Amino acid sequence: MSDSAKAEAALALHRFGMGPRPGSIAAIESDPRGALIAELERPAASLDAASALPASAKAFRAVADYNARRQAKAIIAKKEQEAKRQQMAEASSMMEGAGKAGEEMAAKTAANAVPDPGRAIYLQEAKIRTEAALNAEIGFTERLVWFWSNHFCISADKIRSMSGAYEREAIRPHIVGRFVDLLLAAEGHPAMLFYLDNTVSMGQNSIAGINRTRGLNENLAREIMELHTLGVRSGYTQDDVISFANVLTGWTLLPPPDNPEHGGEFTFNPRLHEPGAQKVLGKSYDGEGAEQGRAVLRDLAAHPATATYVATKLARYFIADTPPPPLVERMAKVFVDTEGDLKEIAKAMVSAPESWAQPPTKLKRPSEWVVGMVRAAGGKQTDPERFTSGQVLLGEPLWRPPSPKGFPDDEASWIDGMGRRLDIANNVAERVSDRVDPQDVIENVLGSSVSSEAQQAVGRAESRQQALALLFMSAEFQRR
Amino acid sequence: MTFYHHLPSRRETLLGAGALFAWTQMPRLARAAGRDPRLLVVVLRGALDGLGAVAPVGDPDWIGLRGDRALVLDGKTPALPLDSFFALNPAMPNLHRLYNAQQATIVHATATPYRERSHFDGQDVLESGIVRPGAIDTGWLNRALVAMPSDGRVDLRGSRALGIGAVTPLVVRGAAPVMSWVPQKLLPASADTQARLLDLYQHTDPRLAVALEARMRLASLGPAGGVDSPELDSASLAPPGIARVRAYFADVAGTAARFLARPDGPRVGAVGVDGWDTHINEGAASGQLANLLGALDGALAAFETNMGEAWRETVVVIVTEFGRTARINGTDGTDHGTGTVAFLAGGALRGGRVVADWPGLKAAQLFEGRDLKPTTDLRAVLKGLLRDHLMVEERVLATTVFPDSAEVVPTAGLVG
Repeated sequence: MSDSAKAEAALALHRFGMGPRPGSIAAIESDPRGALIAELERPAASLDAASALPASAKAFRAVADYNARRQAKAIIAKKEQEAKRQQMAEASSMMEGAGKAGEEMAAKTAANAVPDPGRAIYLQEAKIRTEAALNAEIGFTERLVWFWSNHFCISADKIRSMSGAYEREAIRPHIVGRFVDLLLAAEGHPAMLFYLDNTVSMGQNSIAGINRTRGLNENLAREIMELHTLGVRSGYTQDDVISFANVLTGWTLLPPPDNPEHGGEFTFNPRLHEPGAQKVLGKSYDGEGAEQGRAVLRDLAAHPATATYVATKLARYFIADTPPPPLVERMAKVFVDTEGDLKEIAKAMVSAPESWAQPPTKLKRPSEWVVGMVRAAGGKQTDPERFTSGQVLLGEPLWRPPSPKGFPDDEASWIDGMGRRLDIANNVAERVSDRVDPQDVIENVLGSSVSSEAQQAVGRAESRQQALALLFMSAEFQRR
Repeated sequence: MTFYHHLPSRRETLLGAGALFAWTQMPRLARAAGRDPRLLVVVLRGALDGLGAVAPVGDPDWIGLRGDRALVLDGKTPALPLDSFFALNPAMPNLHRLYNAQQATIVHATATPYRERSHFDGQDVLESGIVRPGAIDTGWLNRALVAMPSDGRVDLRGSRALGIGAVTPLVVRGAAPVMSWVPQKLLPASADTQARLLDLYQHTDPRLAVALEARMRLASLGPAGGVDSPELDSASLAPPGIARVRAYFADVAGTAARFLARPDGPRVGAVGVDGWDTHINEGAASGQLANLLGALDGALAAFETNMGEAWRETVVVIVTEFGRTARINGTDGTDHGTGTVAFLAGGALRGGRVVADWPGLKAAQLFEGRDLKPTTDLRAVLKGLLRDHLMVEERVLATTVFPDSAEVVPTAGLVG
C-alpha cells in the first residue's frame, strides 16, 4: 500500500476513532471510509461485560440504602458516646468541648465503616466503558457514545450511583438511531431528572405545589433548550423556559425508601404536575401527563435550530474547533431531511471531503489521548482506579463535568495542560517500556503518520521510556 | 422527599473540582514609580446570589421579598452590619474584618452588560469584556497587560502566566502567555525530556511549543515560597464535602499568594471557582450558600496571610456572571437573575464602604419584575481598578480592554 493510503487510514483512526492499535492501519487501509461506515452498521456494542452491573435504579437504591445505614450508624455511635460522657461526673467546659468532638469523631468512624457500594459501581462502570474503547476495532461508535454522553451530561458528583448506567441505558442504545429517541431517553432518565433538579420541581397549582408551598425549578427546562436542543440565543424566551418547566413538572423518580422494588425508576407523578395547557415557542400544548412533555421534546428535536446546533457540535468534536461551514450545513441538512437520523448524519460527515483535510489541527481531549496511548501500546485492559485518577489529574474526571455544559471541546481550554500530559506520558512510557518498542509503534501502529522530526527525536532518545514519552507527546499523536 | 438531602449537592462539590487559577506577570512599568501592585481576579461561576451575600436590611421591602429566608440583623445568626442599610452574610467574618479596616469594598446592584440568563454566555461576557457573547477568545485581563505600554522593556513572550488545573479561565487567556501549574504528585518528566520535546514542538507545532515552554519557565521559578505544595490533586473518587472544599480553596488561594508575593513572581492572576448555582435549598445565614461564602472567606484569609507585606499593594476582585432571582423559587433556591454584588478586598483599597445606587425591591423596581435591577456597570468598577491600581491608560481601557465602553466612566477613588 502507498504511503498516502496509510496516512488516510491513520487519519481515520485518529480523527474518527480511538486511535490506531497494532495492525489496525493495515486492516482498514484499503477503504478507510468504508470501514468507518461499516462500524456504524454493525449492531451497537452491547457491552456484554456490563450484564453483571446493576441498572441505574438498582444502583441508586443500593446507594440510598447505604446512605441510610451510614446515617443510622452515625447516630447510634453519637448516642453511645454521649451516654459515656454523661456518666463522667466532671463537667468543666473543656471536657464539654472534648466530649462533643469525641462524639463527632465516633459518629464519623462508625459511618465510614459501612462499605460504600457507589464507589465500586463507579469503578466497574469506568472499567467496562474504557475497555470498550480500548478494544474497539476503530472506535467510531465509541467516540459517538463519548460525544453524546458529554452533550447530555450528568455529573457523578451529584449522582454517582447512576453515572455509568445512565450512559448505558439512555445514550448508548440511541447513538446511531434517531435524535428524538436519544433526547427522550436522556431527558426522561432518572439520572438527568435528578441532576438538573426536576425531581424537586412542582407546579404552583399542582396538588403537591398547593399543599407544600414549594414550586417550580427552571433548571432542566432551560438546559434542554440551551444545551441539549436549540442552543443559546436561538430565539426562546424566559417565558418559554417557565412554560416548559411547567410542562416537565411531574417528571421524577420513585423514592427508594418507599419502593424496594422500583425505587429510583422514572415515574410521572400527576400530583406534581402543573395543570392546564402551556405555550412553548408559540405553540400550545394541552396534552395530559408526561405526553405533554414528550410532545414539546419531539418539537424541539425537529426544530431547525436543533439541526444546526447539533451538526455544529458534532463537526467541532470530530473535525476542527472551527468546522468548515459547508460541512456543517450539509450535516444540518441531512439532520432535517432524515428527521434526525444520527447514523445518516455520521455517514454524511465521513463522506464529506472537508472531513479529511490535512494536516490535523484538533487537539485530542485528555481521555481520548490516554486511551490512544494504551491502544498504541497494545493494551486491552485498564485498572479503573489508575485510569480515573489520571483523568482527575488531567482535568477531565470521568462523568464529572464542571457544569451541565459538559467538558469543553476547544484547544484553548486544554492546551495549557500540556505539562501535566507530559507527566502522564512519562508515567505510561515508564510502565510499558519493558515490552513496547518505540520503533515498532512508529512502523506498525502509526504507519507513516509520524513526521521525520518525530522519528528523528525518537531515534535519538536516551532511553526507550524517553522515546515513547516523546512519541506520545508528539503533535501527530495529540492532534487529529 | 427527604431522601434527597443526605446526597451530596453537585454545586457544593464542584468548588473542589473546578477551582483554577491562572496568572500573568505585569510589565514592569507600574513598578517604576516605586509601586509594585498585585491584582487577583476571582470568578465565581454559577451566578452568586448577591442579595443572599449582602442583604439590604434597611430596605422596607426586604423581609417581604425573602420572608424567613431573609438575612436580618436580629436573627438566630445575625448578619454582620456594614452600614445603616447593608449587612454581610455571617459566613464572612474575614471580609467583615477587612471592611472595618477599610480594606474591603462592596459593590451592589451591579452587573455586566449581559441581560440574558445563560451561565455560559454570561461568563463569556464577564471574562471577555465584550458585550456580545462568544465574540472573542481572549480575556480583558490579558488584553490589559498586552495593551500596557512597555517602552520596549517588556518582552511579552517572556512574561509569565499560570493556571492551576488543565483549563485556563477565559479572563486571563490571550496574547500574553499563560502557563499552567498543577501540584506535582507524579514523578515529572526529566528536564532533558522536556528540552527534547520542546525542540520537537519548535519544529512541528509552535502552539504546543508555547504551552510547554510556559510550563518549563514556571518550573524554573522553583517551589513557591519554599512551602509544601498543597495536596490539590488528590485523586480520591469521593465527592468532597464542604470541609474538603474549604481546605482545597484555602490551599489554592494560599498558593496563589505565595507566587504573587515573590519579588520575581507574577503580578496578576485569575481564579475560577465553580459551585454558585443555588437552585435548591440555598439557605441564608446557614446552609449551602453560607458554606460556599465561608469557603471563599477562608480563602481570602489564607491569601491575605500568605501575601505578607505585599498585601498592602494588593487588590482581590471577586465577580460573578450575574445575580439570581430576587424572590425564592419553588425549591427554596433562586433561579438565574441579573443584578448582584462584587467584592473588593486588599490593602491597596480605600475601602470600608458599599458602593451602590440602590434600585429598590418593590415589584415595579425589579428588573423584568423578578431580578435585582443593575444600576452599576461592573465594567466601571473594573476599569477604575485597572486605571488607578495597575495604571492602565483610560483610552486603552475604553478600546481594547473593554471595547466600546467609552461611555462607562471608570469608578474613581477605589484605591489609594
